Amino acid sequence: MAFLLLIFSIAPPTNITAIDKPNDAGSAIVIKWGLSEDDEAIEKYVIFRSTLPDTMREKIGSIIRGNNSFEDDNTDDKKQYIYIVAAVKDDATFYSTPSDIVQSSPQFFNTGRTNILVCILVFIILLVFFVQRARMGKKLFVRKIPGLDAVEEAVGRATEMGKPILYVPGLGDIDWTATIASMNILGEVAKKIARYDTPIIVANRWSVVYTVSKEVVREAFIEEGRPDKFKEDYVRYLTEAQFGFAAAVNGIMLREQPATNFFIGRFWAESLIMAETGTQTGAIQIAGSDSVLQLPFFVASCDYTLIGEELYAASAYLSHEPLLMGSLKAQDYGKLIVFVILILFTLLSFFDIDLLHLLGVQ
Amino acid sequence: MKRRIPLIICFSIGILMIIQFMIPHPISSEFGSTVNKWYIVLAAFALVLAIGNLIRHHSTKIRRKNTNWPYSIVTLASMVAMSIIGFAGGVDPKSLYQTIYLNVLAPLGSTMFALLAYYMASAAYRSFRARSLEATLLLAAAFIVMIGFMPFGQYISPRLPAFAEWIMKVPNMASQRGIMFGVAFGSIATALKIILGIERSWLGGKK
Repeated sequence: MAFLLLIFSIAPPTNITAIDKPNDAGSAIVIKWGLSEDDEAIEKYVIFRSTLPDTMREKIGSIIRGNNSFEDDNTDDKKQYIYIVAAVKDDATFYSTPSDIVQSSPQFFNTGRTNILVCILVFIILLVFFVQRARMGKKLFVRKIPGLDAVEEAVGRATEMGKPILYVPGLGDIDWTATIASMNILGEVAKKIARYDTPIIVANRWSVVYTVSKEVVREAFIEEGRPDKFKEDYVRYLTEAQFGFAAAVNGIMLREQPATNFFIGRFWAESLIMAETGTQTGAIQIAGSDSVLQLPFFVASCDYTLIGEELYAASAYLSHEPLLMGSLKAQDYGKLIVFVILILFTLLSFFDIDLLHLLGVQ
Repeated sequence: MKRRIPLIICFSIGILMIIQFMIPHPISSEFGSTVNKWYIVLAAFALVLAIGNLIRHHSTKIRRKNTNWPYSIVTLASMVAMSIIGFAGGVDPKSLYQTIYLNVLAPLGSTMFALLAYYMASAAYRSFRARSLEATLLLAAAFIVMIGFMPFGQYISPRLPAFAEWIMKVPNMASQRGIMFGVAFGSIATALKIILGIERSWLGGKK
């Protein structure tokens, strides 16, 4: 018997380390170990935990061979623990030496997000710099965006034809940045509409977006000194159902025949259904989205399309407000910095230099 | 004051949410989840206003006998019926509410989605007419990709599927990433502009 045990003896896992999981809200410990020398011969590793001062071992989990780490996400931050990892083959268990005493704790800063913090700070510096320049009256060049130049023409056309303008602020809720950008554009479009006294239909999918867009349109009419011209019926709530919403918008396009359609915001599979219906009604269409997958549909079906960042630049472009124009410049310089970093990292990669690793970025 | 209060709330909550994103401590995540709960409460209030708008719009249409007013009766009747069925019988998987939802609303949604295939054909026909250099390039790229991804593409040339994949993975992906970089910066800029009070279009203007 002793001879058999000697033949089938398995080397246990080595160098057990247990550390508090970094960048978390506590209650988690990461256990790592060196693989057993007989890793290929075993079935799995079983992880045991002892809670001090009690030294009783409890099994907390297992992981198949070839793996050398395990996360215990059920710890109490007030208690101390010791871990043991065992290699298991058939019914035999081969225990490692215990780990050092470890205790989990929550952290006050997620170091994995340092890069995001740096980006935000750099961007705020750029933003403040260019806004200051704009305040000082420096002229800032912004390239022509045909889709935004066409807004005036589109509103004018609807006025001449005596038909309404349809504005769809996307199908995303208010927590989508594209929806927020769309609200900013709606404000500028609504001001032009108030000036021309043209009816508008703002079709909304979400209740919060409905209330925000209603306030945006109402405020735009007040800003233009025509609060009496605002009608409650201009801003409508349709439905939360994705294709139900598309059907309702198509119904509006076919029944009320708007002269101009705006599709600006976040869209999904319904984008082409709405844009193609608009094309068939003969409306002039301006679309804008940050959804890379839906942009080709809009380009195919609409007269003008705001591609990606143009959507976010629209409010500044339409209002010509110097402060907002300054922020556009900050955006451009931010991209320039990213572009330089990309070139630098690409060049370094040719020399096998991993700068991210050297900087300790996770 | 009417504008200053929303700006102060926007600035404080915006900054706090950025800080919250950086801090993994339970106090921070508790704050984040409280803000999200507040959003749900606000959305519930907004839903009452939204439903009020829906009822007002359609009842006005029925009262004035506007064009296609009978559709408004269908909308209001469906909404009232589903609300009564939902409140009275619950929304369990075997309830009448779920039966109607799965057998009426879901197939109607699928039908709308299915229409996409026809709209795609008409949009593709218009886009692929080789009227300009860009449209011709689009037509050529689309033709190669479509043929390359079809089973008989490799019978035309064994290199065709690989070339189609290269178009998707290199020029197509590069342009998509370019757009995504712009979108990322645009998103950050929009968020910061609103938090810092530079962008005030959502409040109706600059004053």
